[in-house]
Amino acid sequence: MSVADLSFNQVTKRFGKVVALDKFDLDVAPGEFVTFLGPSGSGKTTALNILAGFAAATEGDVRIGDRSVVNLPPEKRNVGMVFQSYSLFPHLTVFENVAFPLRLRGTRGAALTARVIAALEMVHLGDYAARMPSELSGGQRQRVAFARAVIFDPPVLLMDEPLSALDLKLREQMQLEIKRFHAQIGCTIIFVTHDQGEALTLSDRVAVMRDGQIAQVGSPQEIYDRPNSQYVAEFIGRTNLFRLNAGQGGTWTIDGLGVTMPPVRGANATNTLLSVRPEKIRPVDSDEAGQVSFDARLTQVIFQGDHVQYEAVSSGGSPLYFQDYRGPGTHLMKRGEQIRLGFDPGDAVPVARDVA
Amino acid sequence: MKFRQILWLFLPATLLLVAFIAAPSFDLFRASVFDPDFTTEHFERLINRSVYLDVMWRTIRVSLTVAVLCTLIGYPVAFFINLQPRRRQTLLLFLILIPMWMSILIRTYAWIVILGRDGLVNQMLAMLGLATEPMQMLYTSGAVLAAMVQILLPIQILTCYAAMTEIDFDLIRAARVLGARPRQALARVFLPLSLDGTLTGLVIVFMLSMGFFITPALLGGRQDTMIANLIEFQVQRLNWSFAAALGVVLLVLTVGMIVALRGAGKLLARRVLKGGL
Ligand SMILES: Nc1ncnc2c1ncn2[C@@H]1O[C@H](COP(=O)(O)OP(=O)(O)O)[C@@H](O)[C@H]1O
Ligand SMILES: [Mg+2]
Repeated sequence: MSVADLSFNQVTKRFGKVVALDKFDLDVAPGEFVTFLGPSGSGKTTALNILAGFAAATEGDVRIGDRSVVNLPPEKRNVGMVFQSYSLFPHLTVFENVAFPLRLRGTRGAALTARVIAALEMVHLGDYAARMPSELSGGQRQRVAFARAVIFDPPVLLMDEPLSALDLKLREQMQLEIKRFHAQIGCTIIFVTHDQGEALTLSDRVAVMRDGQIAQVGSPQEIYDRPNSQYVAEFIGRTNLFRLNAGQGGTWTIDGLGVTMPPVRGANATNTLLSVRPEKIRPVDSDEAGQVSFDARLTQVIFQGDHVQYEAVSSGGSPLYFQDYRGPGTHLMKRGEQIRLGFDPGDAVPVARDVA
Repeated sequence: MKFRQILWLFLPATLLLVAFIAAPSFDLFRASVFDPDFTTEHFERLINRSVYLDVMWRTIRVSLTVAVLCTLIGYPVAFFINLQPRRRQTLLLFLILIPMWMSILIRTYAWIVILGRDGLVNQMLAMLGLATEPMQMLYTSGAVLAAMVQILLPIQILTCYAAMTEIDFDLIRAARVLGARPRQALARVFLPLSLDGTLTGLVIVFMLSMGFFITPALLGGRQDTMIANLIEFQVQRLNWSFAAALGVVLLVLTVGMIVALRGAGKLLARRVLKGGL
């Protein structure tokens, strides 16, 4: 088992006038599972290609382990990679696909067979060695690609949107398997996705990307609970954004809700939006101590089994939505009902408004 | 739609094939064995005279040589084009297509201008002082080969190129990142995946070579006679039945060789695909 740390240091990549990566900086610890999350065109693939050696950085340094890899060709970098379209060799059997990296490294005979079979068994495809890739389902191909990428025990594994071609159910199943593989293999994983749910499920840390830069990097919980910008707050999960106005003695008034908030962490002249996650807002009896509460009218009730999603308009005219996770004793409210809603100021995060 | 109804859709294509391929072939075959009564004399003559066997063997040999040369030149050219940026690829393909708009006759005459006693090559040699006497290049086997390769090369380039554009570049990247040096990625992934298209091109070039007539007639000597030239000669002397027998032989040899080449290609493919070269 081998594992290595890696780092991007001020990496810039330009394609003519397009800046695909802009002074990209990231340190990844050995064995860490880091996800690059961002919309299409934010530079995820470019970052991965520079790490794999398919593209050269215009500026900056990339290190794997304790050495700079910018001058190494892909075959010398010793990283595993799973491609979005699997990229299994269509002319080789499953066995030969998985054996490919070992053959190039001079492994032969019984040792080769044993390792290939072991890798195929790890991904539950022990019986499929003789098949051609075209005879496999999407999920099976994915597993073969994974076995092929890790069979030579690379210290770093790269995965570029590996699950995006699978249907939802299979995707969720593969996410759990990847988590299990990671625990088993222990190598450092860089995983690219544009699916925020996937990023939250899999990662030790998520790097939210925007225009070739990291907008925020942190644990899934940090990213979700303490987004550092409107961009991150809106990209990860769903949220309500209210406008803040400075009031007397460090207090803030919330536009549209017509309420005053006590001084709140992070609120300042630039962070003038308040992000409140829908599950943090709930019906309150009266003015509960420490709660920010306001009147609202329900405009939509969407029943989703384990939770109910409500849309409402505050008495001040702000649309908002919240979720009720139907714990014991909760009842379903009706559309049109007048209610009082509230949230804990500690659950609300001031963020800077995006400059559009 | 019922199956019966669907069958009607085959009618136009079937009629076309019967009218332009099956019927003439049948006619050809009939003419070769009825003169006017049933006879095998023409085929016997073909088999018993070494001149004719020589011509058959030469036709196959020249065609194979042309097909192999076109492949050896065409594959790298297609590879090079495939590496270029998109817009330059279009330009290069266009340049390669241009000669195909000219008739084979004109392209063959161009070779006479180049290879003749006072042709381009001899003038150059004289100018450079490399030869005192003009070299005899016309009416040699080399001239025939050069011209046939030049005429048929675009077909092999385009066929190889088409096969190469089908190869997903991520497969090459995958090979590289899994540990393959550029040469190894080429031998283990790119070459096997372009093999089928390349063999198809080789067979097409071979097939077209087998029927070549103008080029050996104008650029070759007696020693370069191919089956098609024999046929023309016999037709001119109104030996219809013997010409028909030659036609049948050409058809059978061509089809037989195509089958053999495809078989050899499959064997080669199986070896190459197994674990690389
Ligand atoms: N080979 C290339 N040539 C020109 N521009 C490119 C190339 N590759 C990527 N880009 C540009 O760089 C930016 C980042 O692309 P990419 O890394 O593929 O994003 P992502 O993987 O996040 O969708 C995009 O604007 C894209 O158009
Ligand atoms: Mg991408």
